[in-house]
Amino acid sequence: MKNLLVYIKDYKKECVLGPLFKLLEAGFDLTVPLVTAAIIDYGIANEDKGYIMKYGGILLLLALIGLACSITAQYFAAKAAVGFAANLRHALFSHIEKLSFSEIDQIGTSTLITRMTSDINQVQSGVNMALRLFLRSPFIVFGAMILAFFIDIQAALVFAIVIPLLALVIFGIMGISMPLYKKVQGALDKVLGSTRENLTGIRVIRAFHREAEEEEQFCRENNFLAKSQLFVGRIAALTNPVTYVMINGALVVLLWISGIRVHAGSLTSGEVIALINYLSQILVELIKLANTIVLSNKALACAARIESVMSVQSSLAVREAGQSETAVGKRGQVVFENVSMCYQGSQEPSVTMVDFTAEPGETIGIIGGTGSGKSTLVNLIPRFYDVTEGCVKVDGQDVRSYPIKELRERIGIVMQKAVLFKGTIRENLLWGNENAGEEELMEALELSQSIEFVEKKEDGIDSFVEQGGRNLSGGQRQRLTIARALVRKPEILIFDDSTSALDYATDARLRGGLKRLSYRPTIFMVSQRTSSIRHADKIIVLEDGEVIGIGTHDELLENCQVYAEIHYSQYQKDKGAASGKEEESENR
Amino acid sequence: MKTDNQKKTIRKILNYIRKYWWLILVSLFFAAITVVLTLYLPILTGDAVDAMVEEGRVDFRVLKELLVKMSVIIVITGIAQWLMNTANNKITYMVVRDIRRDAFYKIQRLPLKYLDSHSSGDVVSRIIADVDQFADGLLMGFTQAFTGILTIVGTLFFMLMTNVWITLVVVLVTPLSLFVAAFIARKTHSMFQKQSEARGEQTGLIDEMVGNQQVVQAYSHEEKALARFDVINKRLEKYSLRATFFSSITNPATRFVNNLVYAGVGISGAFFAINGYLSIGKLSRFLSYANQYTKPFNEISGVLTELQNAVTCAGRVFALMDEREEVEKIPPREQIGTATGAMEIEHVDFSYVEDKPLIQDLNLSVKPGQRVAIVGPTGCGKTTIINLIMRFYDVNRGSIKMDGRDIRDLSRENLRSQYGMVLQETWLKDGTVLENILFGRKDASREEAVEAAKLSHAHSFIKRLPQGYDTIVKENGENLSQGQRQLLCIARVILCRPSILILDEATSSIDTRTEMQIQSAFQKLMANRTSFIVAHRLSTIKNADIILVMKDGKIIEQGNHEELLAKKGFYTNLYMSQFAAD
Repeated sequence: MKNLLVYIKDYKKECVLGPLFKLLEAGFDLTVPLVTAAIIDYGIANEDKGYIMKYGGILLLLALIGLACSITAQYFAAKAAVGFAANLRHALFSHIEKLSFSEIDQIGTSTLITRMTSDINQVQSGVNMALRLFLRSPFIVFGAMILAFFIDIQAALVFAIVIPLLALVIFGIMGISMPLYKKVQGALDKVLGSTRENLTGIRVIRAFHREAEEEEQFCRENNFLAKSQLFVGRIAALTNPVTYVMINGALVVLLWISGIRVHAGSLTSGEVIALINYLSQILVELIKLANTIVLSNKALACAARIESVMSVQSSLAVREAGQSETAVGKRGQVVFENVSMCYQGSQEPSVTMVDFTAEPGETIGIIGGTGSGKSTLVNLIPRFYDVTEGCVKVDGQDVRSYPIKELRERIGIVMQKAVLFKGTIRENLLWGNENAGEEELMEALELSQSIEFVEKKEDGIDSFVEQGGRNLSGGQRQRLTIARALVRKPEILIFDDSTSALDYATDARLRGGLKRLSYRPTIFMVSQRTSSIRHADKIIVLEDGEVIGIGTHDELLENCQVYAEIHYSQYQKDKGAASGKEEESENR
Repeated sequence: MKTDNQKKTIRKILNYIRKYWWLILVSLFFAAITVVLTLYLPILTGDAVDAMVEEGRVDFRVLKELLVKMSVIIVITGIAQWLMNTANNKITYMVVRDIRRDAFYKIQRLPLKYLDSHSSGDVVSRIIADVDQFADGLLMGFTQAFTGILTIVGTLFFMLMTNVWITLVVVLVTPLSLFVAAFIARKTHSMFQKQSEARGEQTGLIDEMVGNQQVVQAYSHEEKALARFDVINKRLEKYSLRATFFSSITNPATRFVNNLVYAGVGISGAFFAINGYLSIGKLSRFLSYANQYTKPFNEISGVLTELQNAVTCAGRVFALMDEREEVEKIPPREQIGTATGAMEIEHVDFSYVEDKPLIQDLNLSVKPGQRVAIVGPTGCGKTTIINLIMRFYDVNRGSIKMDGRDIRDLSRENLRSQYGMVLQETWLKDGTVLENILFGRKDASREEAVEAAKLSHAHSFIKRLPQGYDTIVKENGENLSQGQRQLLCIARVILCRPSILILDEATSSIDTRTEMQIQSAFQKLMANRTSFIVAHRLSTIKNADIILVMKDGKIIEQGNHEELLAKKGFYTNLYMSQFAAD
C-alpha cells in the first residue's frame, strides 16, 4: 500500500477534510447524551418548559449539523478515493504497456486484467471507507470514555475495563476465524475445480461411464466444504452473543455503581442515562470498526497484489529515442551470433547456439516440430525477448542498442494468432503505419489476398471489425493481419506460422507477391508445412532449440533426416509430391 | 409483484428447507426468545434508573433484585442468540450443500444437447457463484427478516404499554428514513448504471490491449492505447464519483432521521415527565427504544433486496435442475456382452436445431473389424456421426444398430462400454498418471496399466517423469506436452480393450512427425477392431476400408482410397487441391 500512496497525493486536501468533517460529526454525536442529561436533570426536575424546548431545539440542531458534516465528509472521501483509483489505473495500465513478453508470460494476462479491474475497485472502496471510518470509530470509543470520566470517575472505570476486554474479544474472534475462512475458500475452490473438470470432460466421462465415481468425488468435496463452513460459522456466531453479554454485563455493573453514587449524591439520574447511552454507542462503533478492518484487510491484500505488478521491472533496458548510433550494416540484414535464449523460470534453453546470417532481400524458412523453438527464434528479432547469450544484429547493430520503438518500426510481424482490434478495417490497417495513404492500403489488401472479401463487404475498407475480429473468419483475419504488416513497408517481414489458415492456392499467390515487392524486405517464414518454405533461399531446421540443418530444400532433403521426415510425413514418398493435408483449414 | 416463476422458485427453496424443519423451529424459537428478552432489558434498565431517584433515595433492595434479574436475562439472551445463529448457519449450509449436490448429479444426467449449447463457465457459475449468493441471501434473510419484524412488533407493543402519545411520535417519524433510503436508491440507480457502463467499456479495452500486448508492442501502439484508456478513465472517474457519493448519503440521511426521532422522544417525553405521566426510567426506556427502532427498518429494506437477489440466483440454479434428463428405456432388454463390432446405420435423420436439417437419410453398414474413415469440410456432420453412435444424441428418425440391436434398447452404460474413444482435446483428470490410465477400467492392476502404456508408446516418457507413474498431471498439463497427453489418452483406451474404436480428430493438434509416431500406436490398437476415424489430415485415413466423404450432412461418396480417386469426384478434388496449388 505504501508505494501506492503517491497516487493519492493530488487529493491531500480531501484526505484531510474528509476525516476532519467525520470527526466533527462524531463530536456532535457525543454531545447528544449530555444534552439529554441536561433536559432530564434541569428541564424535568425544575419543570422548566422553556429549558426543555431550548435543549430539544439543540438536539434538532445537532442532528442537522451532523447531517451536513457527514455529507461533506462523504463527498471528500468519495472524491479522494475515486481520484486515487483513476490515477492508479492510469499508472498501472501504462506500466503494463511497458512490460516485455517475458514478464507478461510470467504474470499471465488474466491476472493482469483482474489487477486492473476488480483489485483496483476493491482498493477504491477500501480507501473510501478508511477515510470515513478509521478515525471516527476510535474517536467515538475514546471520546465516550473520556466524557464518561468527566461525568463520574468511579462509574467510568467500568468503561475503562470493558472497552479493552471487548476489543480483545472482537478482534480475537476475528483473528481466529479469518485463517479459517481462507480454508473455506480453499474448499470452495476445490468444488469449483471439480465442477469445471467434470464439465470439460463430460464426453470422456460418459464414454467411460464414470458418472458414479464423479458424483462420489463431488459429494466428498461438497461435504467437506459444508463441514468447514459450519465450523467457522460456529465460531463467528459467537461474536454477537459474546459482545452482547459483555456490554450488558458492564451495564449491570454500571447501574450498581451508579446506584451507590446517586445515593451518595454525586450522580444524577440524567447522568446515569447519559452513561448508559455512551455504553451503547461504544458497542455500535466497535462492531463497525471490526467490519472496517475486515474490509480494509481485503483492500490491503488487493493493494499488495497491485504493488507486486508495479514492482515488476521490464527486463528490457530501454534506450531513449534519439540516442541510437548510426547503423553500420546493410539495410535489412539480420545476423544471429551464437544466440541462446532461456525463458525465465525454465531450466532448459529454448534456443541453443543459433548462428546464421540473413542477407537483405533473402527469404529464410524456419521449420521444426511443436516446441522446437521456431517462434522463440523470430521473437528475438523485434526484441520481444532478450537473448541469454550471444547477440542478434539488425542492420549490423545489436538490437539491444536501439531505442525499442525505432527497432520495431523496421519490422513487420504477423503472429500465429490473428489478432484484430475493435474498429474499422482501415483503423486496423493504420496500426501498421498511421500515415499510409489510400493507395498503400489498397496495395497491402491486394497483396495479402484480402481485397476480394473486403470489397464484398458493404462498407468496404470501412467495415466494422468486432472485438477480436469475431465477425470475420479465421482465414480473413489472418489475411488482414498480413495486410497490416505490409502497410508498414518494413525492412524485415516475419511470418510466425501465420499462413496456416490460408489454403494452398492463396498461400502460393501471397508468396509470389512477396517476391515482387519493390522494397525487397528480408522475409522470415516460420511454418510447419514444407510447401510454404520449400522455395526459401535458406531453410533452418530446428529440433529442441538446436539448428540441425541449414540449406535449400533440395540440400536438406539430401542431408537432413529430420527435414526429410517432416517433408515425407506430408508428402508420401512413393507418390512424390502428390499428397497434402489440411483440406479444411480455409473454413475454420 | 411476484411472478409465477418466482413463486415456483420459492416453493422449490421451501422444499429444500423442509428437510430441516426442526432446525427452523429451533431457530424461530430462539429468535423469539432473543428478541423478547432484548426488548425487555430496557424496561428493567428503566426500572433500575427509577430505583435511584436522588441523593439518599436509592432503593438498593429493588435495585439488587433488578440487577440479578437482568444478569440472568442477559446470559439467557446470549445463549439463545448463539443457538439461533448456529441453527441458521446449519440450515443455510446444509441447504446449499444439498442444492449443489443435486445440481451436480443433474449434470451427469443432462443430455449433451444441453451441455453443448451452454458454456461450461455459465454452468459452473450457476453451481458456484449463484448458489453462494443464494446462501448469503438466505442466511441474511433468516437472521434478519424474522428478528427484524419481531423487533418492530415487540418494540411497538412495549412502547404502547408505556405511553401511547410518545409512541405515535416514533411511529410517525421513523418511516421517513425508509422513504429517504428508497429515494436515494432510485436516484443513484442511473448513476450506477453509467458507472458500470464505463467500467465495462474500460474492461473491454484492457482486455483487448493487455490480452494482445504482443501486437500492441510490435506496432508501437502503447501511447495511443494509453491515450484511449485515459479518455475512458476520466469518464469513469466522473461517474464513479457521482455514484459513490450519492449512494454514501444513505447512511447519514437515515442517521439523521434517527436523530430526529430521538430528539422528538426527548422533548415529548420531557413534557410528559413534567406532568407526571412518565418517570425518568420510562423516558430512558423510550430513548433506548427510539435508538433501536429504526435499525430493523433499514435492515429489512436491505434484506428485501438481498432476498430478491437470492431468489433470482436460486431461480438460475433451478432452471438448470429443471432441464429434461436423458431417459433410459426401462427396463432395458438383455445386454450385449462383448460386441462383435458390426454396426448398421439405417435411414438416419438428425439435426441439432429443429428446422435446420443436418443429417438426412444416412445409411451405412460396417462389418466387424472394418476401418471407417469420415472426411469432409468443417460443419459437414463428421463429429455428429460419432455423437450419434455413442448415443450422446438420439437420432430423430431411423435407427443405429450394434450387433443387430437398436442402441436405444441397450443401457447407455452397456452401449458405451463397447467403445473406446480418443478425442482431439486431451482431457485428463486432476490426479496421477496411473489414475488417468486406470480411468477407463478401475479394476485393472498397475501391471496392466504399464502394459497399456507400453503399447501406446507412452511408457518411455512416463518413466522419465519425476515420479514416474505417480506423477500428478496438472490441470492445464503444463508438465506434459500435447503429444504426451494424447499418448496417455490412447493408453487409457487401450486398457479397456473396447470392441469398437472411435478417433475423433485425435491427432490434429500435433505436428506431422509426432503424429507418425502416434500412428503406430493407433495401428496396434486398431488391429482386428472396428474403428471410426474422423480425420483432418487425409494421410491419416488412406488405409481405411471405407472412406465416407461427407458434405452438408450427406454422404456424397463412399469407398476406399483407390476407388474414390478413380471416381474423380469431391474426394479427388479435396485430395488434389493442395497439389494443384503448389
